[in-house]
Amino acid sequence: METNVLEVHNLRTSFYTDDGEVKAVDGVSFTLPKGKTLGIVGESGSGKSITALSILQLLASNGKIIDGEIRFKGENLIGYSDRKMRDIRGNAISMIFQEPMTSLNPVFTIGQQISESLIKHQKLSKRDALLKSVDLLKLVGIPSPEARVRNYPYELSGGMRQRVMIAMALACDPEILIADEPTTALDVTIQAQILQLIKELQHRLGMSVVFITHDLGVVAETCDYVAVMYAGQVVEYSDVFTIFKEPKHPYTIGLLNSLPRHDMEQDKLEPIRGNVPNVRDMPIGCRFSPRCPAATDLCRAELPELSKDDKGNDVRCWIYSDNWDGEMEVNVYGEKRIAQGRGVKAVFSD
Amino acid sequence: MAKKELLKVEGLKQYFPIKGGLLGRTVNHVKAVDDITFTIHEGETVSIVGESGCGKSTTGRAILRLEEPTEGKVSFNDVDLTSLSLRQMRKHRKDLQIIFQDPYASINPRQTVSDILNEAMTIQNSVPPKKRRKRIIELLETVGLNEYQADRYPHEFSGGQRQRIGIARALAVNPKLIICDEAVSALDVSIQAQVLNLLEELQEEYNLTYLFISHDLGVVRHISDRVIVMYLGKIVEIGEKEEIFEKPKHPYTKALLSAIPVPDPTHKKTHIALKGDVPSPIDPPAGCRFHTRCPFAQDKCKQEEPLLKTHRIMDETHQAACHFVEEIENGELLPRDYEIKPILN
Repeated sequence: METNVLEVHNLRTSFYTDDGEVKAVDGVSFTLPKGKTLGIVGESGSGKSITALSILQLLASNGKIIDGEIRFKGENLIGYSDRKMRDIRGNAISMIFQEPMTSLNPVFTIGQQISESLIKHQKLSKRDALLKSVDLLKLVGIPSPEARVRNYPYELSGGMRQRVMIAMALACDPEILIADEPTTALDVTIQAQILQLIKELQHRLGMSVVFITHDLGVVAETCDYVAVMYAGQVVEYSDVFTIFKEPKHPYTIGLLNSLPRHDMEQDKLEPIRGNVPNVRDMPIGCRFSPRCPAATDLCRAELPELSKDDKGNDVRCWIYSDNWDGEMEVNVYGEKRIAQGRGVKAVFSD
Repeated sequence: MAKKELLKVEGLKQYFPIKGGLLGRTVNHVKAVDDITFTIHEGETVSIVGESGCGKSTTGRAILRLEEPTEGKVSFNDVDLTSLSLRQMRKHRKDLQIIFQDPYASINPRQTVSDILNEAMTIQNSVPPKKRRKRIIELLETVGLNEYQADRYPHEFSGGQRQRIGIARALAVNPKLIICDEAVSALDVSIQAQVLNLLEELQEEYNLTYLFISHDLGVVRHISDRVIVMYLGKIVEIGEKEEIFEKPKHPYTKALLSAIPVPDPTHKKTHIALKGDVPSPIDPPAGCRFHTRCPFAQDKCKQEEPLLKTHRIMDETHQAACHFVEEIENGELLPRDYEIKPILN
């Protein structure tokens, strides 16, 4: 039986600035089954990184989780004391960041940096921690790890640094690894090495992975489940095949239509018109409604809930709800579809 | 139909000195671009692709002489740009414009959009002063901005809109060739698609020629007619877009293409996993520069530099710099010590 190692329900995280409240995350729900990989995709400013930081409660001092649940193996992490969170961070749940250059401390050797969490969480001696660091470097495929533990970050290439970050994250055998754009700063041939490494380690160690990325190719290649985020909210959540073959939300469809492909010829790209809304001035109804080709008065007036469709996938769109009354022809990116209450078939053509 | 050659780059080299020692003498060079030759025809889009440090941006800058090339010749419309004085060069820059990657850093934050466009026209005197305001509004409309935005400052625009300002600035002087240096790389896909479509429309309307520098092969496939693949300062393969993407011949091109994740979860593909990192351009490997990572490398590859040429089995417009194109293609030469891995799922 599949159990969910992580369940996030209706998460809301706000930042309080001089100019008022910024609702960076405003309705995020997803589940991560044990041993699987969940991709969180979205464009810049969609709140995907803040979602990750909220899970680990690593928010800046003006940020606060104001609502929702984050259940890790059934226990709600919200309300945990700092001390209890510290036992989880880097231990049961660990994270790797986008910039391997800035996430490592330049004045400590990589051995010292990997040892830190081993000494803290696993109470190893300095010596044993360093020995385990060598093993970890070997695990992530760094050649001559005995010599490399004494290196400083500047002595390593970008790909090597990201491997070190992964070694640090794996030090305490985490149950969940959160990877925030781990390959975005890397060249594709190095990206391929790192993605492969994460996959292999996941299989070997039985970890569950949350993969945050803007790259739909990376999602298709690495993830089992996908949460698509737009303007602080999850707009669609389902398995990876459904997202790519039968996307439901007009934003997901638009995203796939805008993507230039290297593996096939396309005539013209179909961009999403307009721009991402300003976080301080969100549309009243559906946040995608100003850009949505199918938007109606209902969409502009009321925000739809994230609700299950007939296959058990989540979508936040009026078209798929009972409130969508009557019949209406909807033009979703060049494809005509007949929309009626719960009846619309939004099949994304190849 | 033979198209007119617009830009011709011959034997271009760009070495950057490394100063060292007590006296600050030049101790070595970074060979960023090392002897490359190619031509671009009028109305064509040619892309240069490659990973960071391969010399693709340096090539673009050297063509415009934003960095003085170390050696080689760049001819534009049969005029040798490298032999011109800087004053003469400025005149020619009217025909060659560049759009940079970072729309936040490449426009002056203290100038309004109208000032930015006006400056370009003033320097090149491309539009008489009285007609400039009208032209500015025209340009803004061309790139999808509005007249009322002319007197705004860059910070009031989003990333995609700023890139449109960069495009308007390039268009302000009626150029023939525009070098797009990672011009859409910083943009989100939905916005990137808007800007790519705009670039294509402008090309049709003004018969523009593009040199498109990018690391994103999806973008390159979409926009290019021909593609140049660079590795460590050298061209390793050049050809029509379909040839490069469907029938790549150089082992590096093949590895590069196989490394890009495909946005289709049902796609079963195999990686040609390249080992290790790109070597340093300060002291590039002898012979073929790719031999340290190439799964097919032979002794000959370590000693003799391969020429960029059309091999027997290739289309006449297609060239690759590899000694063993034919042997690899007909299976006589098998890859050593590398993995073709199915993706784990």
